Amino acid sequence: MFINFLYQLRSYGLKVSANEWLVLLEALDRGHAAESFTRFYYLARAICCRTELDYDAYDRCFLAFFEGIAGDTHLKEQMDEWLKNAKLPRPLSEAERDALKTMDLESLQKMFEERMKEQKERHDGGNKWVGTGGTSPFGNNGFHPSGIRVGGEGQNKSAMQIASQRQFQNLRRDLILDTRQIGLALRKLRHWGREGLPDELDIDSSIEATGKNAGDIQLVFRPERKNHLKLLLLMDVGGSMTYHTQVCEQLFSAAHQSGHFKEFRHYYFHNCPYDDLYTDVDQNESIPTKEVLLKHDPSWMVIWVGDAAMNPAELTEVGGAIDYFQRNQEPGLQWIMRIKKHFPFTVWLNPEPPAYWMRTSNQMIRQVIPDMYPMSIDGIEQAVVSLKKQKQRGRT
Amino acid sequence: MSPQYVPSFQGTHSYIASPELQEIVNVACDLGRPLLIRGEPGTGKTVLATAVAEALSLPLLSWHIKSSTKAQDGLYVYDTVQRLNDSRFGSGDVNDIKKYIKLGPLGQAFRSPERSIVLIDEIDKADLEFPNDLLHELDAMSFFIPETGETIKAVQRPIIIITSNAEKELPDAFLRRCVFHYISFPEAEEMKSILKVHHPDVEGKLISQCLVRFYWLRDQLEIRKKPSTSELVDWIGALVRGGIDAARLEKDLPFLGVLLKKESDLQAFRSGFRKNSRY
Repeated sequence: MFINFLYQLRSYGLKVSANEWLVLLEALDRGHAAESFTRFYYLARAICCRTELDYDAYDRCFLAFFEGIAGDTHLKEQMDEWLKNAKLPRPLSEAERDALKTMDLESLQKMFEERMKEQKERHDGGNKWVGTGGTSPFGNNGFHPSGIRVGGEGQNKSAMQIASQRQFQNLRRDLILDTRQIGLALRKLRHWGREGLPDELDIDSSIEATGKNAGDIQLVFRPERKNHLKLLLLMDVGGSMTYHTQVCEQLFSAAHQSGHFKEFRHYYFHNCPYDDLYTDVDQNESIPTKEVLLKHDPSWMVIWVGDAAMNPAELTEVGGAIDYFQRNQEPGLQWIMRIKKHFPFTVWLNPEPPAYWMRTSNQMIRQVIPDMYPMSIDGIEQAVVSLKKQKQRGRT
Repeated sequence: MSPQYVPSFQGTHSYIASPELQEIVNVACDLGRPLLIRGEPGTGKTVLATAVAEALSLPLLSWHIKSSTKAQDGLYVYDTVQRLNDSRFGSGDVNDIKKYIKLGPLGQAFRSPERSIVLIDEIDKADLEFPNDLLHELDAMSFFIPETGETIKAVQRPIIIITSNAEKELPDAFLRRCVFHYISFPEAEEMKSILKVHHPDVEGKLISQCLVRFYWLRDQLEIRKKPSTSELVDWIGALVRGGIDAARLEKDLPFLGVLLKKESDLQAFRSGFRKNSRY
């Protein structure tokens, strides 16, 4: 049974190897989970999960695998009534606790179903019926080593309930988290190099020079290691992008706050860039696109952010711009190609899920900028990897 | 049948550990595997090591990681500069290399005859390769000092507690060797018992009112840096010293600077969390 759980965990994307499995078995052998399903849940989670991002996958897998064991949670409404305003459990002596023998789940479930058929009214503090504050295996606020809790607030949460809460859902990898995580993803873009004034002591060279100098100490200095990354963010704003405001804000602030760039600039456009790019969100201040190309040399990396969803005419027609005042002399796609040609290191982040990327406008843009990624943590990481690869290819 | 395991760590009078955390700590101690703790800032990751040391009455060796820390530093440092200096000026016995070898926290823990606890704090602050450099030492619990030809092997496997803020991804090979636990943010009930420990004399009404406001604040999407447990503890301390009663909390939040540390968060709060979009 357990070995199947291992394979199921793997099928949910958790990188569990035989190594972890042996550790888990060793822990079980040493009596760690001690017949408690809940403790087993935590134990296996501590050993099988590498990061909290794995927790949700683990929860889903755990639910799916142990579903049959969870028991029928289907309740009679009437029984719910009996269990309201539960009484507190009376304190039990050690002897009493021992007397309450633990039962395996199957017989427990069977007994529960039988009891359900027989019981007709509310019970509190007893030891047989479904009720509250008692030592019957069924009911709530009571004490029984392996009981089924029925309704009410749990004092001791069971494993299946914890798993089914899926409180770590928000920590999944494919969802956008906070600016910090985006910042971390962007950080991998850093490009280190030594330039400028020599003001750092180079120990290795100093030792060598000292050796050559017959042991009389000679110091050698070198420039400090600095990051040379320059990043340009081009963002689509307004219209259909309004729905994605929050994620775009997060990306923006992550890029803006992070000290990972030597220089960071950003410009806005609506649907497609034409003769001018905007320097503010409200699209009041603008700068000619050609000037942007002049001011930034090709070593700048460019990240486009947009849903690439528009009328194809906006890309292909003269005067096709969505805003009448643009009156573009050249089709939008021409401008995208020009920008891409100037900046060879380019990726596109799309806040829409890839399922919506079949639009004509999207496909046309992807012919110019093939590296389009969804705007999730995974997507941003892939985009960063792609940018690094482009850069390496450019250098050789 | 192996010997029945006796659980040992149950938190201390000043550190409330959730049942699952107690369980995990005991598993890690028993299996002799490093325990990797992650969680939001201020959820008591670092304090856990102190609490475990206190509960099990074992000595604690802390190793605080900085961006410049090397894996080697935790094992031993060979003070070449001192030796060079001594040789130049003729002070001290330069031939005895052992004198210039200083054991780091891991080295001390390995050598000490009794079991000790090593806290490797904020491992993610170090270089990306840092955890990989420790793989063998954590596995075999021994290392070799080439300068003296000495091998230091753990007399007692130390309990190693590692904290991380997820600033960097840790390598898989390293994670595989650890028992992992994520301290999730405490629910209101658990928070109450934590607060009782820190502020035993504060009346219940004030605490519950503080909790209501605190969780409400954490729920606001506009807040970028959510206040944490340690900030709540400080805040209540400030409220008590300022003599503020529960009724006033309903209207406004005094000493807000204790909870919110970012200018933008404070502004968002003052503007009443109106939706102010940048786009």
